[in-house]
Order: sequence, then structure tokens, then C-alpha cells
Amino acid sequence: MTWLIDGLSGLALLGGMFFMIVGGIGMLRLPDFYTRLHAAGIIDTLGAGLILLGLMLQAGWTLISVKLLLILLFLWFTSPTATHALVRAALSDPENPQPLLYEETPPSKP
Amino acid sequence: MKGTLSHVISLGLFCLGLWLLLSGFFDNTFLLSLGVLSCILVTWVAWRVEAIDPEEHPPHLQLGPQILLYWPWLLKQVVLSNIDVTRRILDPKLPISPTLIQLKPSQHSDLGRVIYANSITLTPGTVTASLSGDSLMVHALTRSGAEDLQKGDMDRWVTVLERETS
Amino acid sequence: MFAAATLGILVCMLLAMARALLGPTVYDRIMAVNAFGTNTVLIIAVLGFLTGRPDFNDIALVYALINFVGTIAVLKFIRYGDLGWPRNIPDESDDL
Repeated sequence: MTWLIDGLSGLALLGGMFFMIVGGIGMLRLPDFYTRLHAAGIIDTLGAGLILLGLMLQAGWTLISVKLLLILLFLWFTSPTATHALVRAALSDPENPQPLLYEETPPSKP
Repeated sequence: MKGTLSHVISLGLFCLGLWLLLSGFFDNTFLLSLGVLSCILVTWVAWRVEAIDPEEHPPHLQLGPQILLYWPWLLKQVVLSNIDVTRRILDPKLPISPTLIQLKPSQHSDLGRVIYANSITLTPGTVTASLSGDSLMVHALTRSGAEDLQKGDMDRWVTVLERETS
Repeated sequence: MFAAATLGILVCMLLAMARALLGPTVYDRIMAVNAFGTNTVLIIAVLGFLTGRPDFNDIALVYALINFVGTIAVLKFIRYGDLGWPRNIPDESDDL
């Protein structure tokens, strides 16, 4: 059974690494602030989730897993709130450029 | 606003549970009593500064079978939209079409709306931009993501959760 | 595998750092710093496993909370220019 658990946790960690890097690339290459938020969303949800899942599988049924689960819960509860606060502040700031919208611009490259 | 006695007790018990979970000491009487003391202290300070959450508890949500069904469903949506956004980031051929839309949530309570708004933000590709009165403004990375929201599956799920139990 | 996860997190931190330095608006920078904080939480947790000291999780847990509070505090500071007196300014758009 251990090889199965090890394999699954390895897969989860690799997946987490992949989503982390993708989120980072997205944060650099998407065209404006509002679209970059979605890339940051990848880091916060699946990147963090898969890495913590991988660690949880390694730790097994112990208190360490419970703590990792708590970290995951905190991250998943707080990151939408932080993102919402950020986008609301950005939208209400008159000096900040308005979001690029599809209607106004030709289909831009991502 | 000061909460009632039951709020104070539930806060204290919650603190104690968290302390036990995080410390992992179950058999050392000295440390346990210190933990209990610190929980009492925290609860007292929270009561003294009037920071005890006066919200109904248990909240007017069905924290039974429905939410256990909702979480896996939300998790599936999160994974699917992650994959979609990932493909759009990595593949230059797939275009993005940022959109701002207004939604009318069908929930009645604040808690239901917050759960809905947070679920929207949690799925990458859609972000709640403002939540005021009875409309939500959502920024979506793609037109199709916005259309999925307008279909209202998630809205219906959260409304089911909200149905009062008592 | 822990090493691979560490590598992914480090690359992501580097990219977030680049965005924080490039970021045309202040909000881009806050977003990047928030993502950087999430990465810090994860790297503390992974390093705990990598070095065989899972006690690091407690620190990661606390850091996750501090990261959130810090982001909100910076946003509030930018909006009101002060952390202590929110009620002097009439709140124009208010919802949550």
C-alpha cells in the first residue's frame, strides 16, 4: 500500500508544481490586472491544494494532516475574500485603468 | 454588540477544540489546564471588547447532507475551471475574452450571498467584483465562463443550502 | 518529490516577484505580494517535510492568517491612508 500512497502523493506534488508554475506564468503574461487575478486564483486554489494534498498523503492519519487540512481550509476561505477586497478596491479607484473588456478590444492574445 | 451567554460558551468551546487540535496534548494535566485557562482568557477578552459574533448559531443553513454534497460539486467546478484557465494561459491559440456581467443572486440571507460570492471567486476564471444590495458584479476571464454563471447552477446549489432548517 | 514541489514554488515565487517589480499599478503589486505570501506558506510546509521537521506546520498556519490580514491592511491603508480611523470617511459603496 505504501507505494500506492507514495505514488499518489508524488503525483499530487508534481501537479501542484505544474499549477504553481502555470499560475506564475499567467501572472506575468496576461494583459491586465483583472485577468492576472485569475492566474493568481490558480495558485491559491489548485496549486496550494494539490501540494498540501500531497503532503497530507505523506503524513497519513496524524495531527500533522489535521494541521495541513486547517492550512488548506484557511487558504480556501481567505483567498477569495482577499481577491474580492483587491478587485473592489481596484474598481473603485478612479486612477486605476478600467478592465479591458472583450467588446471594446479586438480578441487580444492572452 | 454583545452576544448572549450561549454565544460566549460556544466561542469558548470552539477555542478549546482548536487548542486541543493544534497542540496535540491530551494527557498532560498541567498543559491541559493551561490551555483551558488561555481559552477562558481569550473568551473573556473577546466578551470585554464586544467582539463576539452575534450571528445566529447554528446559522440558518442546512449544514447537513446538502453541504456535504455541495463541497464535492464545488471542488469539481474548481478543478474544471483551473484546467480551462491553465489551457488558456499556456496555449496562445485559445483567446481570452474578459467580461463584466451583473448577476441577480436568488439567496435571501447575507450568509447565503457571501457563500455564493466566495464560491464564484474561488473558481478561477470568475471573480466577484462587487456585491451590493441584490446584485453581483462578476469579472470573468472568458465569455463562456460568464455564460456558465448566468445559467445559474451554482446559484441554485447555494439557494438549496440556504433553506432554513428550524 | 518534495524537491520538485519546492522547485515549483520557488519558480512561482520568482515569477510573482517579477510581477511585483514590474506591476504597472499598485494593485498588481499587492496581488503579487499576496501570491508570494501563499507561496511562503506552502514552502514552509514543504520544507518542514523536506528536512523531516513537520512542526513547521504551525508556523505555516499562522503565516496563512497573517498573510490575509496583511493584504487587507495594506488595501485599507491605500484606500483610506490610515489604519485607525475608518469612520471619519463616509463610506460610499457599502455592501459587505
